[in-house]
Amino acid sequence: MNDWLLQLNNRIRALSPGKGLIVGAPWFWLALFFVLPFLFVLKISLAEPQLAQPPYQDWIREIEDGLITIKLNFGNYAMLWEDELYRDALWGSFEVAAISTFFCLLIGYPMAYAIALSPTHWRMPLLMLVILPFWTSFLIRVYAWIGILKNNGLLNNFLMSIGVIDQPLEILHTPTAVYIGVVYSYLPFLVLPLYATLVRLDNTLLEAAADLGARPWKQFLKITLPQSLPGILAGSMLVFIPVMGEFVIPDLLGGPDTLMIGKLMWTEFFSNKDWPLASALASVLLVVLIIPFVLMRHYEHKAAEEHK
Amino acid sequence: MTQIRPASSEQPWAAPEEEPIVRIDKVTKTFGSTYAVDEISLNIHRGEFFSLLGASGCGKTTLLRMLGGFETPTSGRIYIDGQDVTDVPPYLRPINMMFQSYALFPHMNVAQNIAFGLKQERMPSALIRERVAEMMALVQIEKLATRKPHQLSGGQRQRVALARALAKHPKILLLDEPLGALDKKLREHTQFELVNIQERLGITFIIVTHDQEEAMTMSSRIALMHDGRIEQVDAPRRMYEFPATRYAANFIGSVNLFNGHVMSHDNDMVLIHSEEAGSDLLVHHSQPLNPGMEVTVAIRPEKIAVRDHHTDEPNSIHGVIQEIAYLGDVSIYHVELPSGKRVQFTQSNVLALAEQPLTWGQEVALTWNAYSCGVLTQ
Repeated sequence: MNDWLLQLNNRIRALSPGKGLIVGAPWFWLALFFVLPFLFVLKISLAEPQLAQPPYQDWIREIEDGLITIKLNFGNYAMLWEDELYRDALWGSFEVAAISTFFCLLIGYPMAYAIALSPTHWRMPLLMLVILPFWTSFLIRVYAWIGILKNNGLLNNFLMSIGVIDQPLEILHTPTAVYIGVVYSYLPFLVLPLYATLVRLDNTLLEAAADLGARPWKQFLKITLPQSLPGILAGSMLVFIPVMGEFVIPDLLGGPDTLMIGKLMWTEFFSNKDWPLASALASVLLVVLIIPFVLMRHYEHKAAEEHK
Repeated sequence: MTQIRPASSEQPWAAPEEEPIVRIDKVTKTFGSTYAVDEISLNIHRGEFFSLLGASGCGKTTLLRMLGGFETPTSGRIYIDGQDVTDVPPYLRPINMMFQSYALFPHMNVAQNIAFGLKQERMPSALIRERVAEMMALVQIEKLATRKPHQLSGGQRQRVALARALAKHPKILLLDEPLGALDKKLREHTQFELVNIQERLGITFIIVTHDQEEAMTMSSRIALMHDGRIEQVDAPRRMYEFPATRYAANFIGSVNLFNGHVMSHDNDMVLIHSEEAGSDLLVHHSQPLNPGMEVTVAIRPEKIAVRDHHTDEPNSIHGVIQEIAYLGDVSIYHVELPSGKRVQFTQSNVLALAEQPLTWGQEVALTWNAYSCGVLTQ
């Protein structure tokens, strides 16, 4: 770790002072707003809960003058491992994230490809349409889905008025509603990076494939799809990672059987006032999420090599 | 200019009864209001090494892309081996193309790139392996089988692209500026190799190039294109010695052009009076020309000889040397005639240490043979 810091320091010094500032700024930002808060969370996760303000005991305490005790509590992590509730919640989040990512891909790939293939002057307006929902608050958009999905909501009223059903469909407060909400909310995060990859795709590669006898479907499967893999991966990560920790959508649209880690964290933190346990949960989630991220970085490096 | 192809090689285009392998019939291609290709008709025969030559924007690449099936003609038909392929998509044509950018698939290694076309044919994998090995041997890249395109040099990529395009044994290979991205030395070497491969496989090659030297060196025939039309189709030697138009004469090599009018024409000899030349010009020309007709006489710089003194015979001009360009093997002399017209001629530098017999400001008399020049009417 020290070596690594030394290298970084040397690298920054090798640049002129002005450049050092520019390179240093994001590192500073990251240290101040990510590493430091995370260290706090890590610290709290090793403390013992107590009924006080703040609701945990510091594990470094001065007993008498100059005498310091350090008492680490790994019980929170042990509890996460022992109590099935947390494992189920982690698995539940993973399930929702994985299935939603799959549906986002299923819907988002054709969208991104269609935009990339459309005439140049059409691309910007189409991309604007993809981004447009961001102009309304995320919370309001999720609330709007309640109005659409509830028993006497827009969807059920419409389906009953045209006679497809005569009993309202129970969608709100079911996993289906969560999936609808998540896929709707996170679709743009997948479409945008995928579009960026597809629009750069060299058209002569497809011509070469056609020239060598590949029919359009084969051209897509053998050239377009593998060439867009970096975009698929980047988009999937942008959906998968935040959905893992998603709290608002399962809380508003999900029911009692929707068990997700974000919701659980909220409960531990605010209802149970168990800050140390909630912090341990947050730390574990971060570690779990770093794994796919490292994989993606590795893949991006490889892809960048091929495009040199 | 060197020519790799033996002069005695057969001339399939001289046998009109044989069905050409490519028949382009009044093909036009417009993009908006511009005519990229303007009613071109052209026959290309089996086993030819045919060049489409022209400056950028002359329509040569568009014509090649229509042969490959990547563009559809606005009007006209294209026949390959007697079959109308005008509306046949690229993946069903018995043609392969080597792209200017090579278009190697970045996510596949060399062997996979070469095997791609064969896999589309559902060739058994044992045969594919055999064919891929054969192709890699043909272009001498056996050691690169597992490399990815980004790990190859420009010359190696060019070879992979060639091997991939040849792997399916197409009837015709289209090559879009195949040597454009290579440096000069490698390009000259590769020219010979391309011709050797073409002769060994007997595949018809159609190549697009803007480099006249490349076209002259490799081709059995050249079609010179200009503004979407064909100026002239001929074997390289005829193209150079007997250009059909002023554009053709200027595009290939250097040329001196004298405007004048026909005075008489008998026994295949035309006598032309030219104010610019300051002399009557006598040219061998078998097509009949009417007296009074405006024509241009074209004479190549290396066909002009220096003589001792000026006479009043035809094909005799004189002037003052204005500029000398020493190129090593030859020197180019620019001479200003009394009419103000500038003429170029070249002399081989035969002796290394010889005092240059010709120098700046010197008055020279020049002449040439009536069989060494041509009459241009267009």
